[in-house]
Amino acid sequence: MFDWSQVWKYLFSGVMLQGAWVTLWISVVSQALGVILGTLLAIMRISRNPILNLPARFYIWIFRGSPLLVQLLILYEGLPQLRIPLLTFTALEAAILGLSLNEAAYMAEIVRAGILSVDPGQMEAAKSLGMTYSLAMRRIILPQAARVVVPPLGNEFNNMLKSSSLVSFLGVVELTRTAELYGAPTFSVLELLIAATFWYLIMTTIWGYVQNLIERNLDVDRKQSAPFSGGWLQRFTGFGARRAPKVPVPAAGSLTGTH
Amino acid sequence: MTMLSSERQPAAYEMVRAEDVHKHFGHVEVLKGISMVVHRGDTVVIIGPSGSGKTTFLRCLNHLEKISSGRIYIDGHLIGYRQEGDRLVEESERVIARQRAEIGMVFQRFNLFPHLTALENVIEAPIHVRRMPRAQAEEQAMELLRKVGLADKAHAYPHRLSGGQQQRVAIARALAMNPKLMLFDEATSALDPELVGEVLKVMRQLADEGMTMVVVTHEMGFAREVADRIIFMDYGVIVEEGPPEQIFNEPRHERTRAFLSMIL
Repeated sequence: MFDWSQVWKYLFSGVMLQGAWVTLWISVVSQALGVILGTLLAIMRISRNPILNLPARFYIWIFRGSPLLVQLLILYEGLPQLRIPLLTFTALEAAILGLSLNEAAYMAEIVRAGILSVDPGQMEAAKSLGMTYSLAMRRIILPQAARVVVPPLGNEFNNMLKSSSLVSFLGVVELTRTAELYGAPTFSVLELLIAATFWYLIMTTIWGYVQNLIERNLDVDRKQSAPFSGGWLQRFTGFGARRAPKVPVPAAGSLTGTH
Repeated sequence: MTMLSSERQPAAYEMVRAEDVHKHFGHVEVLKGISMVVHRGDTVVIIGPSGSGKTTFLRCLNHLEKISSGRIYIDGHLIGYRQEGDRLVEESERVIARQRAEIGMVFQRFNLFPHLTALENVIEAPIHVRRMPRAQAEEQAMELLRKVGLADKAHAYPHRLSGGQQQRVAIARALAMNPKLMLFDEATSALDPELVGEVLKVMRQLADEGMTMVVVTHEMGFAREVADRIIFMDYGVIVEEGPPEQIFNEPRHERTRAFLSMIL
């Protein structure tokens, strides 16, 4: 039978909050690591040098082509079989590693698209000024690519919050595992799972609002803004960035000839 | 301008020397043996129909395009390659970058960095390539922006500037690296007609100050007045070259005549 009071009882309980917190922080950490590795992979993927290009493509193929769960299980349950100390991970290590490595493959394609969206003239101008490829990437290309990367990155994080539930298979006590752990012995499996669902919904919904705010701040459709300068935080969120003063868009027919 | 060039000292220095430069893109040969020389302080203007290879050749000068054969020397240095025995081996990226730092280039579509203000565009390379201290770079940048008439726009972002203003910032940005040679790739072709003049004015000023310039352009008025020498290219070869009076008034080749009659 179903008992709503069980739902309320566990909804804001310490263990549930703890579980939600674990879900949140491993999602954030894994997403961040995924972005960093993914950017590196994207640059390798773009390179015409096969020493960089081929391993990157191979990596992306493997990690996008096989299930995340299987990857997690390989890291946690499979690798220890090799008896290599460096390749034996705790559940938490395997969880974050697996989520990051998997995410990196998807981020690589997203960042690659961002880099390709930057006008090729930018790299030419940078090179003509004596910049090396890597300097130009860091200072000129990637900052501009960031703007294009933000919306899909937001969606990836939304996915991450949910796919983090798979690490429950490894025994990591995040939100889903918490629900299972406390649901069975108390005969309130459904109630606990509903509570967990509630927390997932809260997190993804709040993130949805934040994502919307960031995208509007960055004016992703470029309706009337300058690109953002400043550090990476400013570039990805728009908060705290230096921005050119807005000039009101003139009404049709009232344009003067000044420039 | 042409009077001055004939009074030049005999020890005129070759700033650019191209020897039998060939370039193909796949099966198509775009440059079929270009040989030319630009002396220090000269302004050489390259004209010709589209597809003639003039822009490709210009981009070979700073190794933005790799040549298929031949040699290019800038200020006496072989560009893009080094001699190893009897073979030419491509230089490392670092060396090429350093070579490019001595050559300024201005592009048809400006290519300003949109995430940086005009001032930041101009100081970017001096700070990160030449490791100039920021204060010094900013001072130099303001001086250059003043020179191109845009000191008041130093803190504007490119998208707030007109095409002519953006191109002038681009010129200042190229000058900030103190180049020995300036390359102009149809620098005014993407501008509205009323904005072309302000850019040509800056280019002319540079030429008068003694900058060595190679200019690809369709602006025949500029070519006639500012060039020390005109090179007419067609189908990947130099058809004719000479001082403006000769090219414009007494062209020797039929193709030159045909081209000029179409645009003048």
